[in-house]
Amino acid sequence: MTTIETDKVVVRFAGDSGDGMQLLGDRFTHQTAAFGNDLATLPDYPAEIRAPQGTVHGVSSFQVHFADTDIHTPGDAPDVLVAFNPAALKANIGDLRAGAVVICDPDEFTRRNLAKAGYPTDPLEDGSLDHLTVHRVAMGAITLGAVAPIGLGRKDALRSRNMFALGLLSWMYGRPTAGIEEALQAKFKKKPQVAEANVLAFRAGWNYGETTELFATTYRVAPAALPAGEYRQVSGNAALALGILAAGWVAEMKVVLGTYPITPASDILHELARHKNFDLLTIQAEDEIAAIGAALGASFGGALGVTTTSGPGIALKSETIALAVMTELPLLIVDVQRGGPSTGLPTKTEQADLLQARFGRHGESPVPIVAPRSPSDCFDAAVEAARIAVTYRTPVLLLSDGALANGSEPWLLPDVAALAPIDPGFATGPNATDGSGDYWPYLRDRETLARSWAIPGTPGLQHRIGGLEKADRTGAISYDPQNHEVMVRTRQAKIDGIAVADLDVDDPDASRLLVLGWGSTYGPIRAAVRRLRSQGHTVAQAHLRHLCPFPANLDAVLASYDRVVVPEMNLGQLALLLRAREKTDIISHTKVTGQPFKADELEGVLLEQMEGVPA
Amino acid sequence: MTVVDIEMPSGGRSGTALVPRDPNPQKAADYRSDQEVRWCPGCGDYVILSTVQAMLPELGLRRENIVFVSGIGCSSRFPYYLDTYGMHSIHGRAPAIATGLAVARPDLSVWVITGDGDALSIGGNHLIHALRRNVNLKILLFNNRVYGLTKGQYSPTSDKGMVTKSSPAGSPDAPFNPVSLALGAEATFVARAMDSDREGLTEVLREAAEHRGTALVEIYQNCPIFNAGAFDTLKDPEQALHRLIRLRAGEEVELGPVGDDGRATQVVVRDRRGSLAVMARSDANPGTILVHDPDDEDPSTAFALSRLSTQDLSTTVTGVFRSVSRPAYDDDVRDQAALARAARPPSIADVIAGPETWNVPERSEA
Repeated sequence: MTTIETDKVVVRFAGDSGDGMQLLGDRFTHQTAAFGNDLATLPDYPAEIRAPQGTVHGVSSFQVHFADTDIHTPGDAPDVLVAFNPAALKANIGDLRAGAVVICDPDEFTRRNLAKAGYPTDPLEDGSLDHLTVHRVAMGAITLGAVAPIGLGRKDALRSRNMFALGLLSWMYGRPTAGIEEALQAKFKKKPQVAEANVLAFRAGWNYGETTELFATTYRVAPAALPAGEYRQVSGNAALALGILAAGWVAEMKVVLGTYPITPASDILHELARHKNFDLLTIQAEDEIAAIGAALGASFGGALGVTTTSGPGIALKSETIALAVMTELPLLIVDVQRGGPSTGLPTKTEQADLLQARFGRHGESPVPIVAPRSPSDCFDAAVEAARIAVTYRTPVLLLSDGALANGSEPWLLPDVAALAPIDPGFATGPNATDGSGDYWPYLRDRETLARSWAIPGTPGLQHRIGGLEKADRTGAISYDPQNHEVMVRTRQAKIDGIAVADLDVDDPDASRLLVLGWGSTYGPIRAAVRRLRSQGHTVAQAHLRHLCPFPANLDAVLASYDRVVVPEMNLGQLALLLRAREKTDIISHTKVTGQPFKADELEGVLLEQMEGVPA
Repeated sequence: MTVVDIEMPSGGRSGTALVPRDPNPQKAADYRSDQEVRWCPGCGDYVILSTVQAMLPELGLRRENIVFVSGIGCSSRFPYYLDTYGMHSIHGRAPAIATGLAVARPDLSVWVITGDGDALSIGGNHLIHALRRNVNLKILLFNNRVYGLTKGQYSPTSDKGMVTKSSPAGSPDAPFNPVSLALGAEATFVARAMDSDREGLTEVLREAAEHRGTALVEIYQNCPIFNAGAFDTLKDPEQALHRLIRLRAGEEVELGPVGDDGRATQVVVRDRRGSLAVMARSDANPGTILVHDPDDEDPSTAFALSRLSTQDLSTTVTGVFRSVSRPAYDDDVRDQAALARAARPPSIADVIAGPETWNVPERSEA
């Protein structure tokens, strides 16, 4: 038995969507995090809840990338694939690196299952896997034997196969087993037999690795040198939900989430619905329009109104977003982007709602846009978006995406007490500057241009707002041409003037080439940049958190590079916005497969672009 | 699926129970805003506005705790003319916006002003769901059976065959009966009144305000420009006598001129199949005459009364059709939160930490 030290490993589990791949991945992730590796995950599942068993389009998978350094992506090509049936092998084999390890159950490779997967011949026999290291492990049969004492039926007993695989992989990679049995007991608290079967299957998997000679090698990935502190594993949707909760906490404002179920945003509602002990109410509305309407109504009442959705929902909400622009009320609108247009690829990722967020409304209707760069960054981005919304009395769009939403990573727990305050600064008395003693809801703060905000229940400040154009300052209905001109320009100036941090450029070697991204592409761009630098290349990296307004130094940054490469999971939407500015030679690299970029792929793109750039 | 009982400590209260009271007497003028009222001369909205302004002081609520939310249409300008808080929102969405406001702020009396196009066409979905949930909102539906603000197209309550600019050959649409629709949507309070009937309107508005949950009040309202005189047959005292039924709790449902015995000559009876019919009192078996019971949990009689009202107004029922007690959605939502707080005080640090954490220790540099 040998142990190989390695710096990083990518493991992918794949099976039928009912085979428990997400649970398997989730547990392996927790063990890996507890061991101290840095990690990133990518769950991938079909849009159908239970697609036809054994077919390629019913395959669900979970990828974990773990390393002894800090990493930013779920990994490109898996080093290990655990395939629970022929369809899972077929769906994933193209992604594996040469020499990768494949673990599969030969008993699953029946004529019937091969036919369902569309294999004309058995890949275990026809030599098509010769470039890989294939381990045939009768996971089903061994699991059945191991859990036999429990007395479960065959079908239920076989459900523990995923925990057999967990045991085996835990052995291979020296994952700690402490806590796993307790976690399984807790997960299946109401079904003690199932809990016991899972524990037995897990042990059987570990012991199988330990006692058979099939696996000559174990691997060791040392713990990563992460900053000291308390960590948890967090998905983007969970971090975003917690960010909303924290923003309400910091602002001392009631949070009212009005939302309608939609993939991949629903988990934000699920998370927040569990925390009603906070000053938080959730409304599952009758449709997307009602959802944002309820959120805006709550904001009118002085709460932090929030609505969460995906691209198609934003389309439905756009009229109400414009009403929030006109009424100048705070509103946080979360778009967890997915493949579009229309229903598109509901469970896959894309960044193609940027232009919808920026321009997808009638009239001149500017809305700030904030985008998180990693799952845990969804927390900070949500707090930032809420701060802008409350401070400037404006709807704010937060653009997450499917990869961030479902991806997860270790998160150094933030100190909420250290977050900068958010102050709604409600009006308490008359403010008219003409000595009338009236209240003028559209009198503005000179610095932020935010309007005065009096909430119902405030004596003497009764007023009416709405979708009709307002007279500057007094807020009365106005059809005056000159007033409309002033108000349109003022609303735009307010958004343009939002204080956002300068764009931070990571450029240790004074490069001539800049790679500029936004949103979830941060991970693969970061990984590609590191690889290039380790090979002696120079490349600068910057990543936009604010897509509207852009940071004040953006043009200066763009102008200081000979070439700017902008990778996006759309057809070049940020590139289009950048080309409308002074700097015009933007190299747009785009991809719309519903999958995140791979570091390899971006490394190649950047290498290509380096050619011809003056040193 | 697991179903649990939602505890409802807030049940059984008045619609305004949580709204602060004004210790000082108010008058109608207190509710007039500084905005010039700009409906067409002769519009039914004027009298509805003055009726509402006269009724609000009776509620004794602090003015700043009253909010009117409207959609789009002529009637939706209403909030601008009332010196309360208000929002003139977007077409059809007022019930949704008001739902969020009512959930967030139990200390407000929230009113929705809408019309037949706003509530029943573009906003139909929000209306039925507000009624189903029983949010503590008072929805005043001004029904003039036409689109006024867009200058005269047929609406979802227009007569089939009505000739308008958008239906030169007559509207092919079958109209809604708004009271039937509301009752079918599980409404707990449904009433109808006429714009011209100040007394009747004031009465149902007062009852609506006190109802905890969604109260829908349909108000027949004259549009003098695009559907002039639509309800004239009900305003002519002679014709109204034979057409108009005013519901009063605990009283026989009757209409027609007063006969020799001092009672109306026609009555509503329940026939053998259980449906309602109008007949001469002299022909009716006294045991079959309907006595109005708006508190009846079973909505079928209220629904049958709503079907007595016909589109051609040959019979029209007004008053409170149904007024039953059911937990209000916004109370339930807040009660769930209050119970959660009582069971588990909030700790932001604990929630952020989640169920499983680990420590990465400080490393000593080698």
